[in-house]
Amino acid sequence: MTHIFGPRGNLIAVTLVEAGPNTVIQVKEQGGKDGYDAVKLGFGEKKISRCTRPELGVFKAAGVDPARSVQEFRVTSKELAGYTVGESVDVTMFREGAKVDVTGTSKGRGFAGVIKRHHFKGAKERSHGTHEYKRHGGSIGTSAWPSRVLPGRKMAGQLGNARATVRNIEVVGVFAEDNLLLLKGAVPGAPDGIIRIRERV
Amino acid sequence: MMNGRIAIEKIERLQLRQDVPTFKAGDTLAVHVRIREGEKERIQVFEGVCIGRHNDGLHSTFTVRKVSYQIGVERVFLLHSPRIEKIEVKDQGRVRRAKLYFLRDLTGKKARIRSMRDVKK
Repeated sequence: MTHIFGPRGNLIAVTLVEAGPNTVIQVKEQGGKDGYDAVKLGFGEKKISRCTRPELGVFKAAGVDPARSVQEFRVTSKELAGYTVGESVDVTMFREGAKVDVTGTSKGRGFAGVIKRHHFKGAKERSHGTHEYKRHGGSIGTSAWPSRVLPGRKMAGQLGNARATVRNIEVVGVFAEDNLLLLKGAVPGAPDGIIRIRERV
Repeated sequence: MMNGRIAIEKIERLQLRQDVPTFKAGDTLAVHVRIREGEKERIQVFEGVCIGRHNDGLHSTFTVRKVSYQIGVERVFLLHSPRIEKIEVKDQGRVRRAKLYFLRDLTGKKARIRSMRDVKK
Protein backbone atom coordinates (compact mmCIF):
# COMPACT_ATOMS: atom_id res chain seq x y z
CA MET A 1 0.00 0.00 0.00
CA THR A 2 0.99 3.57 -0.49
CA HIS A 3 -0.87 6.81 -0.93
CA ILE A 4 -1.49 9.29 -3.69
CA PHE A 5 -2.66 12.87 -3.72
CA GLY A 6 -6.19 13.42 -4.99
CA PRO A 7 -7.39 16.24 -7.26
CA ARG A 8 -7.78 18.62 -4.34
CA GLY A 9 -4.53 17.67 -2.70
CA ASN A 10 -6.30 15.24 -0.41
CA LEU A 11 -4.57 12.01 0.54
CA ILE A 12 -5.97 8.76 -0.78
CA ALA A 13 -4.64 5.49 0.61
CA VAL A 14 -4.23 3.03 -2.24
CA THR A 15 -3.19 -0.54 -2.85
CA LEU A 16 -1.05 -1.25 -5.86
CA VAL A 17 -2.20 -4.32 -7.75
CA GLU A 18 -0.55 -5.99 -10.69
CA ALA A 19 -3.51 -6.99 -12.82
CA GLY A 20 -2.66 -9.15 -15.74
CA PRO A 21 -1.94 -9.67 -18.47
CA ASN A 22 -4.19 -12.66 -18.04
CA THR A 23 -4.50 -15.33 -20.69
CA VAL A 24 -7.87 -16.69 -21.70
CA ILE A 25 -7.61 -20.43 -21.10
CA GLN A 26 -11.13 -21.54 -21.81
CA VAL A 27 -14.43 -20.09 -22.94
CA LYS A 28 -17.51 -21.85 -21.64
CA GLU A 29 -20.82 -21.46 -23.39
CA GLN A 30 -24.41 -21.81 -22.38
CA GLY A 31 -25.03 -23.88 -25.50
CA GLY A 32 -21.92 -26.02 -25.03
CA LYS A 33 -21.37 -28.94 -22.72
CA ASP A 34 -20.75 -26.67 -19.75
CA GLY A 35 -24.22 -25.19 -19.87
CA TYR A 36 -23.26 -21.70 -18.71
CA ASP A 37 -21.29 -18.70 -19.95
CA ALA A 38 -17.91 -18.06 -18.40
CA VAL A 39 -14.28 -17.38 -19.19
CA LYS A 40 -11.33 -19.01 -17.48
CA LEU A 41 -8.32 -16.73 -17.02
CA GLY A 42 -4.77 -17.57 -16.05
CA PHE A 43 -2.30 -15.30 -14.26
CA GLY A 44 1.45 -15.66 -13.77
CA GLU A 45 3.78 -18.49 -14.62
CA LYS A 46 4.03 -22.00 -13.29
CA LYS A 47 6.71 -24.62 -13.84
CA ILE A 48 5.50 -27.59 -15.82
CA SER A 49 7.00 -29.87 -13.18
CA ARG A 50 4.70 -28.30 -10.61
CA CYS A 51 1.52 -28.93 -12.57
CA THR A 52 -0.71 -31.93 -12.10
CA ARG A 53 -1.58 -33.96 -15.18
CA PRO A 54 -5.20 -32.73 -15.33
CA GLU A 55 -3.95 -29.15 -15.07
CA LEU A 56 -1.50 -29.69 -17.89
CA GLY A 57 -4.31 -31.05 -20.02
CA VAL A 58 -6.29 -27.85 -19.59
CA PHE A 59 -3.33 -25.67 -20.56
CA LYS A 60 -2.44 -27.94 -23.46
CA ALA A 61 -5.96 -27.83 -24.85
CA ALA A 62 -5.80 -24.06 -24.81
CA GLY A 63 -2.26 -23.99 -26.20
CA VAL A 64 -1.06 -21.62 -23.49
CA ASP A 65 1.74 -21.70 -20.91
CA PRO A 66 0.85 -23.03 -17.46
CA ALA A 67 -0.45 -20.26 -15.18
CA ARG A 68 0.09 -19.87 -11.46
CA SER A 69 -3.49 -18.95 -10.73
CA VAL A 70 -6.56 -19.94 -12.71
CA GLN A 71 -9.86 -18.22 -12.10
CA GLU A 72 -13.20 -18.55 -13.77
CA PHE A 73 -15.44 -15.54 -14.27
CA ARG A 74 -19.12 -15.69 -15.16
CA VAL A 75 -19.97 -13.34 -18.02
CA THR A 76 -23.08 -12.60 -20.04
CA SER A 77 -23.43 -14.28 -23.42
CA LYS A 78 -23.00 -10.90 -25.07
CA GLU A 79 -19.67 -10.27 -23.36
CA LEU A 80 -18.54 -13.77 -24.18
CA ALA A 81 -18.04 -12.84 -27.82
CA GLY A 82 -15.12 -10.59 -26.83
CA TYR A 83 -13.01 -13.49 -25.56
CA THR A 84 -10.96 -15.96 -27.60
CA VAL A 85 -8.78 -18.70 -26.15
CA GLY A 86 -5.11 -17.77 -26.13
CA GLU A 87 -5.70 -14.03 -26.15
CA SER A 88 -4.84 -11.89 -23.19
CA VAL A 89 -6.97 -9.66 -21.03
CA ASP A 90 -5.23 -6.71 -19.45
CA VAL A 91 -5.70 -3.86 -17.08
CA THR A 92 -7.23 -1.56 -19.69
CA MET A 93 -10.62 -3.18 -19.10
CA PHE A 94 -10.82 -1.14 -15.91
CA ARG A 95 -11.51 2.56 -15.97
CA GLU A 96 -10.59 5.15 -13.40
CA GLY A 97 -13.52 5.75 -11.08
CA ALA A 98 -15.01 2.29 -11.64
CA LYS A 99 -16.13 0.24 -8.66
CA VAL A 100 -14.87 -3.31 -8.23
CA ASP A 101 -15.18 -6.19 -5.78
CA VAL A 102 -11.94 -7.76 -4.62
CA THR A 103 -11.70 -11.31 -3.32
CA GLY A 104 -8.65 -12.84 -1.73
CA THR A 105 -7.38 -14.96 1.12
CA SER A 106 -7.18 -12.96 4.33
CA LYS A 107 -4.03 -12.96 6.43
CA GLY A 108 -3.97 -15.96 8.75
CA ARG A 109 -4.02 -15.20 12.47
CA GLY A 110 -3.94 -18.79 13.62
CA PHE A 111 -6.01 -20.00 16.55
CA ALA A 112 -7.28 -16.74 17.99
CA GLY A 113 -9.14 -16.01 21.20
CA VAL A 114 -12.60 -14.46 21.36
CA ILE A 115 -11.34 -10.93 21.89
CA LYS A 116 -9.35 -10.85 18.69
CA ARG A 117 -11.71 -13.06 16.71
CA HIS A 118 -15.14 -11.75 17.69
CA HIS A 119 -14.29 -8.45 19.40
CA PHE A 120 -15.53 -9.61 22.80
CA LYS A 121 -14.95 -7.06 25.54
CA GLY A 122 -13.07 -9.21 28.02
CA ALA A 123 -13.33 -8.94 31.76
CA LYS A 124 -14.50 -5.60 33.10
CA GLU A 125 -12.70 -5.91 36.41
CA ARG A 126 -9.13 -7.00 36.10
CA SER A 127 -7.93 -6.56 39.64
CA HIS A 128 -9.48 -7.15 43.09
CA GLY A 129 -8.72 -10.84 43.04
CA THR A 130 -9.95 -11.59 39.52
CA HIS A 131 -7.78 -14.48 38.47
CA GLU A 132 -7.05 -15.83 34.97
CA TYR A 133 -10.20 -14.37 33.48
CA LYS A 134 -9.12 -11.20 31.66
CA ARG A 135 -9.59 -12.35 28.07
CA HIS A 136 -12.18 -15.08 28.49
CA GLY A 137 -15.52 -15.21 26.73
CA GLY A 138 -17.67 -15.85 29.81
CA SER A 139 -20.74 -18.03 29.85
CA ILE A 140 -21.54 -20.06 26.75
CA GLY A 141 -25.11 -20.93 27.58
CA THR A 142 -27.74 -21.93 30.12
CA SER A 143 -27.83 -24.89 32.47
CA ALA A 144 -30.72 -27.34 32.85
CA TRP A 145 -32.38 -26.28 29.62
CA PRO A 146 -31.26 -26.92 26.91
CA SER A 147 -28.27 -28.58 28.55
CA ARG A 148 -26.21 -28.01 25.46
CA VAL A 149 -24.44 -25.18 23.69
CA LEU A 150 -26.51 -23.65 20.91
CA PRO A 151 -25.07 -23.82 17.40
CA GLY A 152 -23.32 -20.68 16.18
CA ARG A 153 -21.88 -19.86 19.60
CA LYS A 154 -18.90 -17.55 19.08
CA MET A 155 -15.76 -19.09 20.50
CA ALA A 156 -12.04 -19.15 19.94
CA GLY A 157 -10.72 -20.75 16.78
CA GLN A 158 -9.01 -20.19 13.46
CA LEU A 159 -9.04 -16.55 12.37
CA GLY A 160 -8.08 -15.41 8.91
CA ASN A 161 -6.59 -17.49 6.10
CA ALA A 162 -10.10 -17.65 4.69
CA ARG A 163 -11.72 -16.29 1.56
CA ALA A 164 -12.67 -12.66 2.05
CA THR A 165 -14.31 -10.15 -0.26
CA VAL A 166 -14.26 -6.38 -0.04
CA ARG A 167 -16.95 -4.80 -2.15
CA ASN A 168 -17.21 -1.44 -3.86
CA ILE A 169 -13.54 -0.60 -4.05
CA GLU A 170 -12.85 2.37 -6.29
CA VAL A 171 -10.27 2.18 -9.06
CA VAL A 172 -8.22 5.35 -8.69
CA GLY A 173 -5.58 4.73 -11.29
CA VAL A 174 -4.77 2.52 -14.26
CA PHE A 175 -1.22 2.18 -15.55
CA ALA A 176 -1.44 0.14 -18.72
CA GLU A 177 2.29 -0.04 -19.46
CA ASP A 178 3.07 -1.72 -16.12
CA ASN A 179 -0.27 -3.57 -15.80
CA LEU A 180 -0.87 -1.78 -12.53
CA LEU A 181 -4.11 -0.82 -10.86
CA LEU A 182 -4.48 1.57 -7.97
CA LEU A 183 -7.34 0.53 -5.72
CA LYS A 184 -8.67 2.81 -3.01
CA GLY A 185 -8.07 1.45 0.47
CA ALA A 186 -7.05 -2.03 1.46
CA VAL A 187 -7.65 -5.42 -0.12
CA PRO A 188 -7.71 -8.83 1.59
CA GLY A 189 -4.48 -10.75 2.06
CA ALA A 190 -0.79 -10.33 2.55
CA PRO A 191 1.58 -8.45 0.22
CA ASP A 192 2.22 -10.39 -3.01
CA GLY A 193 -0.94 -12.43 -2.49
CA ILE A 194 -3.21 -13.29 -5.36
CA ILE A 195 -6.58 -11.60 -5.57
CA ARG A 196 -9.55 -11.75 -7.84
CA ILE A 197 -10.96 -8.46 -9.12
CA ARG A 198 -14.35 -8.20 -10.73
CA GLU A 199 -16.86 -5.55 -11.61
CA ARG A 200 -18.98 -4.70 -8.61
CA VAL A 201 -22.01 -6.86 -8.21
CA MET B 1 6.11 -10.22 -12.80
CA MET B 2 7.11 -6.93 -11.29
CA ASN B 3 8.57 -6.61 -7.83
CA GLY B 4 5.94 -5.03 -5.56
CA ARG B 5 8.31 -2.69 -3.80
CA ILE B 6 9.72 -1.40 -7.09
CA ALA B 7 6.23 -0.82 -8.45
CA ILE B 8 5.25 1.17 -5.37
CA GLU B 9 8.39 3.27 -5.61
CA LYS B 10 7.66 3.99 -9.23
CA ILE B 11 4.18 5.30 -8.43
CA GLU B 12 5.50 7.34 -5.52
CA ARG B 13 8.32 8.87 -7.51
CA LEU B 14 5.80 10.39 -9.90
CA GLN B 15 4.39 12.46 -7.08
CA LEU B 16 7.52 13.71 -5.38
CA ARG B 17 7.96 17.46 -5.46
CA GLN B 18 11.15 18.78 -6.88
CA ASP B 19 10.86 22.25 -5.38
CA VAL B 20 11.33 21.39 -1.72
CA PRO B 21 14.00 23.65 -0.16
CA THR B 22 16.63 22.26 2.18
CA PHE B 23 15.70 22.90 5.77
CA LYS B 24 15.94 21.13 9.07
CA ALA B 25 14.71 21.32 12.62
CA GLY B 26 15.31 24.74 14.15
CA ASP B 27 14.76 26.64 10.94
CA THR B 28 12.06 29.27 10.77
CA LEU B 29 9.68 28.51 7.93
CA ALA B 30 6.84 30.29 6.22
CA VAL B 31 4.56 27.66 4.73
CA HIS B 32 2.17 28.91 2.08
CA VAL B 33 -0.87 26.66 2.26
CA ARG B 34 -3.66 26.54 -0.29
CA ILE B 35 -6.97 26.74 1.51
CA ARG B 36 -10.31 25.99 -0.09
CA GLU B 37 -13.35 27.78 1.18
CA GLY B 38 -16.33 26.59 -0.78
CA GLU B 39 -15.34 27.25 -4.36
CA LYS B 40 -12.77 29.90 -3.64
CA GLU B 41 -9.16 29.15 -3.07
CA ARG B 42 -6.75 31.34 -1.19
CA ILE B 43 -3.31 31.09 0.31
CA GLN B 44 -2.59 31.24 4.00
CA VAL B 45 0.88 31.58 5.42
CA PHE B 46 1.81 29.61 8.49
CA GLU B 47 5.06 30.88 9.94
CA GLY B 48 6.95 29.27 12.77
CA VAL B 49 9.82 27.09 13.83
CA CYS B 50 10.28 23.66 12.31
CA ILE B 51 10.53 21.37 15.32
CA GLY B 52 11.06 18.15 13.46
CA ARG B 53 11.11 16.32 10.19
CA HIS B 54 9.94 12.82 9.46
CA ASN B 55 11.70 11.56 6.35
CA ASP B 56 9.82 8.77 4.58
CA GLY B 57 9.82 9.40 0.85
CA LEU B 58 6.41 10.47 -0.36
CA HIS B 59 5.04 10.19 3.16
CA SER B 60 7.56 12.64 4.62
CA THR B 61 6.19 15.24 7.00
CA PHE B 62 7.47 18.19 8.96
CA THR B 63 6.09 19.92 12.00
CA VAL B 64 5.95 23.70 12.38
CA ARG B 65 5.30 25.34 15.72
CA LYS B 66 4.30 28.87 16.45
CA VAL B 67 2.84 30.69 19.41
CA SER B 68 -0.31 32.49 18.43
CA TYR B 69 -1.94 34.73 21.04
CA GLN B 70 -0.13 32.87 23.83
CA ILE B 71 -1.39 29.54 22.51
CA GLY B 72 1.13 27.14 21.09
CA VAL B 73 0.03 25.89 17.68
CA GLU B 74 1.68 23.04 15.83
CA ARG B 75 0.88 21.91 12.32
CA VAL B 76 2.12 18.80 10.63
CA PHE B 77 2.51 19.18 6.87
CA LEU B 78 3.06 16.55 4.25
CA LEU B 79 6.28 17.60 2.57
CA HIS B 80 5.10 16.61 -0.91
CA SER B 81 1.50 17.76 -0.59
CA PRO B 82 0.19 19.77 -3.54
CA ARG B 83 -1.70 21.85 -0.99
CA ILE B 84 1.56 23.53 -0.10
CA GLU B 85 2.17 26.38 -2.51
CA LYS B 86 5.71 26.95 -1.33
CA ILE B 87 7.97 26.71 1.67
CA GLU B 88 10.12 29.70 2.52
CA VAL B 89 13.11 29.30 4.77
CA LYS B 90 13.16 32.54 6.78
CA ASP B 91 16.00 31.74 9.10
CA GLN B 92 18.32 28.90 9.92
CA GLY B 93 18.55 28.01 13.57
CA ARG B 94 21.48 26.58 15.44
CA VAL B 95 20.21 23.56 17.33
CA ARG B 96 21.82 20.38 18.59
CA ARG B 97 19.05 17.87 18.15
CA ALA B 98 16.74 16.67 15.39
CA LYS B 99 13.43 16.95 17.27
CA LEU B 100 12.82 20.11 19.24
CA TYR B 101 9.94 18.85 21.36
CA PHE B 102 11.47 20.54 24.40
CA LEU B 103 10.23 23.87 22.99
CA ARG B 104 6.72 22.88 24.04
CA ASP B 105 7.65 23.28 27.66
CA LEU B 106 9.44 26.59 27.23
CA THR B 107 7.92 30.03 26.92
CA GLY B 108 9.10 33.56 26.36
CA LYS B 109 12.81 34.24 26.02
CA LYS B 110 13.70 30.63 26.80
CA ALA B 111 11.83 29.44 23.73
CA ARG B 112 14.08 31.30 21.34
CA ILE B 113 16.47 29.57 19.01
CA ARG B 114 19.85 31.02 18.16
CA SER B 115 20.13 31.92 14.52
CA MET B 116 22.89 30.48 12.39
CA ARG B 117 23.72 34.04 11.35
CA ASP B 118 24.57 35.08 14.90
CA VAL B 119 26.65 31.99 15.49
CA LYS B 120 28.91 32.52 12.52
CA LYS B 121 29.87 36.05 13.58
